Amino acid sequence: MISGAEMMVKCLQEEKVTITFGYPGAVICPFYDYLIKTEIAHVLVRSEQNGAHEASGFARASGKAGVCIATSGPGATNLITGLATAYMDSIPIVAITGQVNSELLGRDVFQEADITGACESFTKHSYLVKNVEDIPRVFKEAFHIATTGRPGPVLIDVPFDTQLAQAKEFIYPEKAEIIGYKPRTKGHSMQIKKAAKLLESAKRPVICCGGGVVSAGARDEIIAFAKKTGIPVVTTMMGLGVIPMDNDHYFGMIGSHGKSYANRMMNLADVIVLCGARVGDRTIPSPNSIKASIIHIDIDPAEIGKNIAAQIPIVGDIKSILQEFTETIKPCSCDEWLTKMQTDRNATPLRGEPRTDFVEPRVFMRDLSDMMEDDAILTADVGQNQIWAANHFNTKDGRFLTSGGMGTMGYALPSAIGAKLAKPKRQVVAVCGDGSFQMSMCELAVVNQTGIALKLIVMRNKYLGMVKELQDKMYQGRYVATPLDGDPDIVKVVQAYGIKAAFAQNNQEANRLAKEMLESKEAYVLVCDVDPDTPSI
Amino acid sequence: MKYTLSVLVENQPGVLSKISGLFSRRGFNIDSLAVGVTENPAISRITIVVEGDEQIVEQVEKQVNKLIASIKVKNLTTSGDYVGCLLMLVKVACNTKQRLEVMKIAEQMHARIVDVTNNSLTLQYADTLENIEIMISLLRPYGIKELVRTGTVALERGSSTALK
Repeated sequence: MISGAEMMVKCLQEEKVTITFGYPGAVICPFYDYLIKTEIAHVLVRSEQNGAHEASGFARASGKAGVCIATSGPGATNLITGLATAYMDSIPIVAITGQVNSELLGRDVFQEADITGACESFTKHSYLVKNVEDIPRVFKEAFHIATTGRPGPVLIDVPFDTQLAQAKEFIYPEKAEIIGYKPRTKGHSMQIKKAAKLLESAKRPVICCGGGVVSAGARDEIIAFAKKTGIPVVTTMMGLGVIPMDNDHYFGMIGSHGKSYANRMMNLADVIVLCGARVGDRTIPSPNSIKASIIHIDIDPAEIGKNIAAQIPIVGDIKSILQEFTETIKPCSCDEWLTKMQTDRNATPLRGEPRTDFVEPRVFMRDLSDMMEDDAILTADVGQNQIWAANHFNTKDGRFLTSGGMGTMGYALPSAIGAKLAKPKRQVVAVCGDGSFQMSMCELAVVNQTGIALKLIVMRNKYLGMVKELQDKMYQGRYVATPLDGDPDIVKVVQAYGIKAAFAQNNQEANRLAKEMLESKEAYVLVCDVDPDTPSI
Repeated sequence: MKYTLSVLVENQPGVLSKISGLFSRRGFNIDSLAVGVTENPAISRITIVVEGDEQIVEQVEKQVNKLIASIKVKNLTTSGDYVGCLLMLVKVACNTKQRLEVMKIAEQMHARIVDVTNNSLTLQYADTLENIEIMISLLRPYGIKELVRTGTVALERGSSTALK
């Protein structure tokens, strides 16, 4: 005989889970009691939302599903924002929650929350496991669903009595058999041929990469495709870093906070290849302004035609589709267009000048990327700091991680913790503002506890800068609820956690301290004094 | 335009709430919905009538298809001919003098009389949406005391099935 709790842990071992991010509570204790007896590491997060973000950062850096754990009721509801963030950005997470005894369900007992119900629109799938014998199948399915097709978070809610119940034996299924879930992987060859023909005759083609290219691991494929065809590449925010930013075919991020010439290209193009991009409103605010014919490649058929009409849809795994596409297609006749756009791009001046009274964040982001290793991982929070990082940090062979779809403040620090634990040897730097810092600063305890050499840059301007900018433009400068009065001395806060911290007053200091930060073998937080009137773009 | 969708789902707790939640969340309007187990006890069939243009209905189909518990979605309106009907129970006010008249209507329309009292008659009627509307208009002059009807259930014509 074997208990449900022990089976849950065995399932994680079967899935080769090495690390979990969680916060205990009464009804998840049986599971924890077995977890601790295994080699699976557990990171005690300081709030469950951050646990989900840490699992997200881990998943994105490792390519495996991230696992987070919470107890019932408030523990579970605290997870929701983290799961919603992962859902919007298609990040594979398996979330395990404890639940009250199944015979008490629906009676509003202490710490009861209908978490599968509450998470319905924020998870790819969810399970409430009332029968102990179902545990192996449910876990097998959950990991399969989270990591295949269009990835996403899956929730497993396990009542206390299911964890305590005894099953006859533990048999982990070899395969997940889900009758209604068969994600299509191979693209339709006829569609690919049709698309190749359309592209070959295009005069002004553009490739637009979204997060789907990143999650498909199709970096080499997209570079090869752009190289063979000679077609210029732009990305959405979620697609940042999928192609080295110094690649001559690369034209930066599109969207309301993107590069003007990249947006101009989208509007002038005659054919656009959308790869794993869902055409969110911040990326293409008015799809009607796009005159080009659209070739839309996505693993999720529901994305095709949702926000923009596609002339040639290709459903399947982007990696294999791009391989076939590259083999099929002949070089395109778009040299004139590429050269014209390159001239346009190279003539556009970089914004911002180094300052002596403040740290100019855009200049600093460019300087920082020159100092960092090629395969470094940068996590950006949400707000002005995100836009500065997105447009001025030069990702080479590394990664750019941010909450693109949900725009969840407080994402940078926990996701960087997850990424650093996944890739301990790589440089991991988080960038946030003073607003977003305070949304997850409790996780500094995790940095301290795990001893990871995480680097954090706080762009401090004493405002919620992005909203302040909006109030400047739309509300005649009435700064309602955007000044961060009453904020603590961030350097002192960080030091109180036993972590090294420094303050930079200008660009020269920031560069010197950033060098010191990157060379340090320990965690390091650099607070930069930023002029609150610095624009996002 | 109205579209009739036939959705085969795994017969598990919570599936109906997943489907109906999807409709409200994405702003799709459900005209009617009927659910019941199929010849295979592990599979239920949900028949949904939805109002919208072609693009909206295509999104509905794709989003429903995305649910892990859904096995097959078929748009019966666009994929060919189908037979559909719904069931109505209607309690008509009628005294003993009017009873014969109402019974005559029931007979003509092939409705069954399932309950009779001195001042009411309850009819059970299963037919297409159009005939249901006609039946209601025929009974309205007597006074409809209470009425209940199901959503449309439908199957495609011919020997093919939703799964094959």
